[in-house]
Amino acid sequence: MAIFSRGFTGRPREAQPDLPPGQFLTEDFPVLSAGPTPTIAEADWSFTIKTELGATHSWSWDELQALPFEDVHTDIHCVTRWSKLATNWRGVSMDTLFADVESSYDYVMVHSTGGYTTNLPLEDILDGQAWITTEFDGEPLEPDHGGPARMIVPHLYFWKSAKWVRGITMQRSDAPGFWEQNGYHTYGNPWREERYS
Amino acid sequence: MSPRDWLVGTVVSATQQTPNAKSIVLDVPGWHGSTAGQHVDVRLTAPDGYTAVRAYSLASTGPGQQVELAVDLIDDGEVSPYLVEELRAGDQLEFRGPLGRWFVWKPEQTAPVQLIAGGSGVVPLLAMIRAHTAAGSSVPMRLLYSVRSPSDRFFADELVAASGVDLTLVYTREVPDGWPMAPGRVTKELIASTTTPATANPAVFVCGPTGFVEAVASALVDLGHDPVSIKTERFGGS
Ligand SMILES: Cc1cc2nc3c(=O)[nH]c(=O)nc-3n(C[C@H](O)[C@H](O)[C@H](O)COP(=O)(O)OP(=O)(O)OC[C@H]3O[C@@H](n4cnc5c(N)ncnc54)[C@H](O)[C@@H]3O)c2cc1C
Repeated sequence: MAIFSRGFTGRPREAQPDLPPGQFLTEDFPVLSAGPTPTIAEADWSFTIKTELGATHSWSWDELQALPFEDVHTDIHCVTRWSKLATNWRGVSMDTLFADVESSYDYVMVHSTGGYTTNLPLEDILDGQAWITTEFDGEPLEPDHGGPARMIVPHLYFWKSAKWVRGITMQRSDAPGFWEQNGYHTYGNPWREERYS
Repeated sequence: MSPRDWLVGTVVSATQQTPNAKSIVLDVPGWHGSTAGQHVDVRLTAPDGYTAVRAYSLASTGPGQQVELAVDLIDDGEVSPYLVEELRAGDQLEFRGPLGRWFVWKPEQTAPVQLIAGGSGVVPLLAMIRAHTAAGSSVPMRLLYSVRSPSDRFFADELVAASGVDLTLVYTREVPDGWPMAPGRVTKELIASTTTPATANPAVFVCGPTGFVEAVASALVDLGHDPVSIKTERFGGS
């Protein structure tokens, strides 16, 4: 049973859109990171997918730019409770990057500059559900929001959308990443409020 | 009880910390204590069932059935004005936690500790200072604390009295009478001259408004600190 908060009315909420439970709308773009924001030159950036067979699939910045880019219009939901609706990103679909990857493993660990990692089921990043993005709202992605390149997986809480992304390693089981070892839920579905472990 | 369950605390006291901020002490039967640096989610519920939830750091630490928060009023905010202006002793408040296992300090950590706070960002760092004192730790601990003016200091008396921590105050808008420096922001030069150098390999904790944390963390990296030794908590805003 919820406790009512004496004297609390909250913001006017006539036109509240359909948000996941416990989320509120923001026009800002807050920053959640565990450490300093790294500065990464495009020339030094690369993205690598590694499989259990030792195969690697790598792209430099220029090679990524040569792949087909998609416009992504999506809502995003941060575990710290803010949601932003109809954000605009541009990036390369994971389906494009995984086209030639052969693996029998069902999970991935996503790696970022600075040593941060996050775990995901492979099926959650394929079929038009995840991208490596380099633009937000028509501008190059700012470093504090993960630039030069950030993975986005908008159907899960936004910490799964790894900033400063560098690569993916296939893994046999759903071993937890950095965020998940530090208190966040292993899957992170905002509609089921899977915030904390 | 897991950190995911909602708990109900009863407000024991709400004390003015600055003209804009209060500390709130809650009595929470069944609370198992927390590690310094952790936070809770506070949930407010309106008569029609509408709820608003925000994160607040714990100023309290260790075992015990009382928890302490300290909240700064954000002018057009939804939750902080309620906590600062409306909530009073005897009220019930719902929250869950303790949350977060990264931005924490434990007395068994042996590296020197450098704390850097802007405004209300001092709250989780005060918990670290309290944990350090409670454990009788001999690990060197320093705090660089940036506030707008002398009256904007949170926990002013306690910080001045804390013997285990070496305190440096920086005033950004207004300094006390006779203060040797003009008001100004925390710069790289100031960090270099008032904090533990990178060569001593300190564990660094930076907390405050997002813009403050961004600026300080980048300056620390420029000054040679290993990025993995810098833990940050961004409270929001610009
Ligand atoms: C892990 C964590 C711990 C926190 N601990 C504390 C704490 O100990 N004490 C404390 O006072 N706050 C703390 N905060 C901030 C707190 O969660 C709220 O964001 C803050 O109280 C504002 O909530 P609100 O509902 O009043 O404002 P909202 O209705 O959420 O926002 C109103 C406006 O204020 C802006 N805003 C939001 N937060 C801030 C901010 N911090 N500074 C300036 N502008 C802001 C918003 O962008 C928005 O434009 C913490 C945040 C996090 C993520």
